[in-house]
Amino acid sequence: MASDAMSPADIGASQSALRSVWPALLIFAVLALVPVVAPLLGGGTYPLTVAGRIMIFAIAAVSLDLILGYGGLVSFGHAAFIGLGAYAVGILTDAGLEEGLLLLPAAMLAAAVFALLTGAVSLKTRGVHYIMITLAFGQMAYFTMTSLSAYGGDDGLTLWSRPLVAGFNWLNDRSAFYYIVLLLLVAAWALCRAVTRSRFGRVLRGCREDEERMRALGYDPFAYRLAATVIAGAIAGLAGALLAIQAEFVSPAYMSWQRSGELIVMVVLGGIGSLHGAIVGAAAFLLAEGLLSGVTEHWRLIFGPLLILVVLFLRGGLGGLLGKVRHD
Amino acid sequence: MSTTLLVVQALNGLQLGVLLFLIAAGLTLVFGVMDFINLAHGVQYMLGAYFAVAFYGLTGHFLLALLLALGAALLLGLVLEVLVFRHLYGRSHLDQVLATFGLILFFNEAVRALWGSSPLSYPMPEALSGSIALMPGLLYPVYRLAVLAAGLGVALLLWLLIARTRVGMRVRAGASNADMVSALGVNIRRLFMIVFGVGTMLAGFAGALAGPIFAVEPSMGDNFLILAFVVIVIGGIGSIKGAFMASLLVGLVDTLGRSFATDLFRLVLAPASANQVGPALASMLIYLLMAGILFWRPAGLFPAHGQ
Repeated sequence: MASDAMSPADIGASQSALRSVWPALLIFAVLALVPVVAPLLGGGTYPLTVAGRIMIFAIAAVSLDLILGYGGLVSFGHAAFIGLGAYAVGILTDAGLEEGLLLLPAAMLAAAVFALLTGAVSLKTRGVHYIMITLAFGQMAYFTMTSLSAYGGDDGLTLWSRPLVAGFNWLNDRSAFYYIVLLLLVAAWALCRAVTRSRFGRVLRGCREDEERMRALGYDPFAYRLAATVIAGAIAGLAGALLAIQAEFVSPAYMSWQRSGELIVMVVLGGIGSLHGAIVGAAAFLLAEGLLSGVTEHWRLIFGPLLILVVLFLRGGLGGLLGKVRHD
Repeated sequence: MSTTLLVVQALNGLQLGVLLFLIAAGLTLVFGVMDFINLAHGVQYMLGAYFAVAFYGLTGHFLLALLLALGAALLLGLVLEVLVFRHLYGRSHLDQVLATFGLILFFNEAVRALWGSSPLSYPMPEALSGSIALMPGLLYPVYRLAVLAAGLGVALLLWLLIARTRVGMRVRAGASNADMVSALGVNIRRLFMIVFGVGTMLAGFAGALAGPIFAVEPSMGDNFLILAFVVIVIGGIGSIKGAFMASLLVGLVDTLGRSFATDLFRLVLAPASANQVGPALASMLIYLLMAGILFWRPAGLFPAHGQ
């Protein structure tokens, strides 16, 4: 029954998807070389920190692309998953748990549970309603954390030590931490790629294109979307946990609604529905932020209008700019 | 003691609700008539307050500053309509979200660059600066009552405009079926501009009114924007009546929740944990309310489209 839902577009997509492994592998190769090349160029540990941050946000952007690009769900509360993952690490570390192999799954679980509960409500709605409700739930998480004074409230929470991995102190080593993050990025990408290319992923895309028809075929769009939301939430929770470990600090600002907006911008910049594009988008956004904020502290004065111009005149993200428009 | 506090907080809640309504009314009409999600609506609220600050500095007169701020907010809204929004009608919601998000980034930063990050304020008019005794032992600021009255007055005007005039009839028709209204020969573009201009002005008015009560600072519109979203979702998209009822409900629930949740939890929990749980739950309250209402009535309390 593998071929029952294969439309010509799907066959085309799977062929181009085979080719689309190469850009991703190239990106991973470049990222893997950063710790080797950076010392030769000077600049100390700064490039490593920036690249690490890019990879962490890339994990979150890839997870958002799963529901935004493939599910067609404009979620404006994705930063809440990141924040909850970060707080899970912060709170459990505060309670004395030091084992990363427990902390990271706990962070993913916390975000997944939140995704399940809020998704069960927000996925009952469509379009503008869905955007506003995810935004509202994101704010709910944000304000809850700002009012939790036991865990720092507005000021955030400092991690006094980085977690261990199977008892080893790897996360304190800059390069080791970097490669662990890279490994997790590859894993997140591979998982999302497997999901989007599975029968599950085809149903998800089908629901994006024509919900009524999928319903008529006997699928329940709600269940598929909820499952995708939970997967995306868990992966974003992982990104949050890594962010907390990298910064050794957790704050409600991780889940501000501007952060959710920035994640959407990353996905759109990279080209919606392209998983390696989401990684490129995250890099483009964070590098542009770093570059522009070097020019002026009011870099948003430039970035805001730029974003409007991209939306009005540039469809298909940066990939579209290079003339490589892909639709799947 | 406890009743006076309850009355004061209920009045504060209603006043927050009225301000929310001024913002949500424009937002819900723009959604309803144009199917356009405008995240930059909160920016209009913020700019209303900043314009009032600027014009108060120039004129030293509250009412004059308020009127000039209203005019400036309207003008800017129309300029933005021509420059940006007009090109987004009919585009996907994602495009609308992104472009208006860009506007927020720009204007929040522009305000920060022009006026600085620290909160500003301007004084309320002399005549409204006192307090009056509503009950024995209950002094309430006159200005807050005036805001409440002004908001209710505007709500009444808006209702008359929409329920009793020709333009209002077209707006209602546009909210039900914009294509049909256009086919019947109504200039839908002009209708869009009118709706947009009125919405912009209302948000600016709310900002200018709020200036003397809340701090005037960058990003002050963001929280109100999201509260306005909650209001619209609860009230039903495109429904002015729904927006009004839901605004008051959200204003009351939020204000009363923040004032009394901790005390209520003290009745059942140890004081230390009540101090933790109270504020956290209070800040979740309106979102839980929204989730609950959506669960039972996905289209909101007063859906405009009659689905």
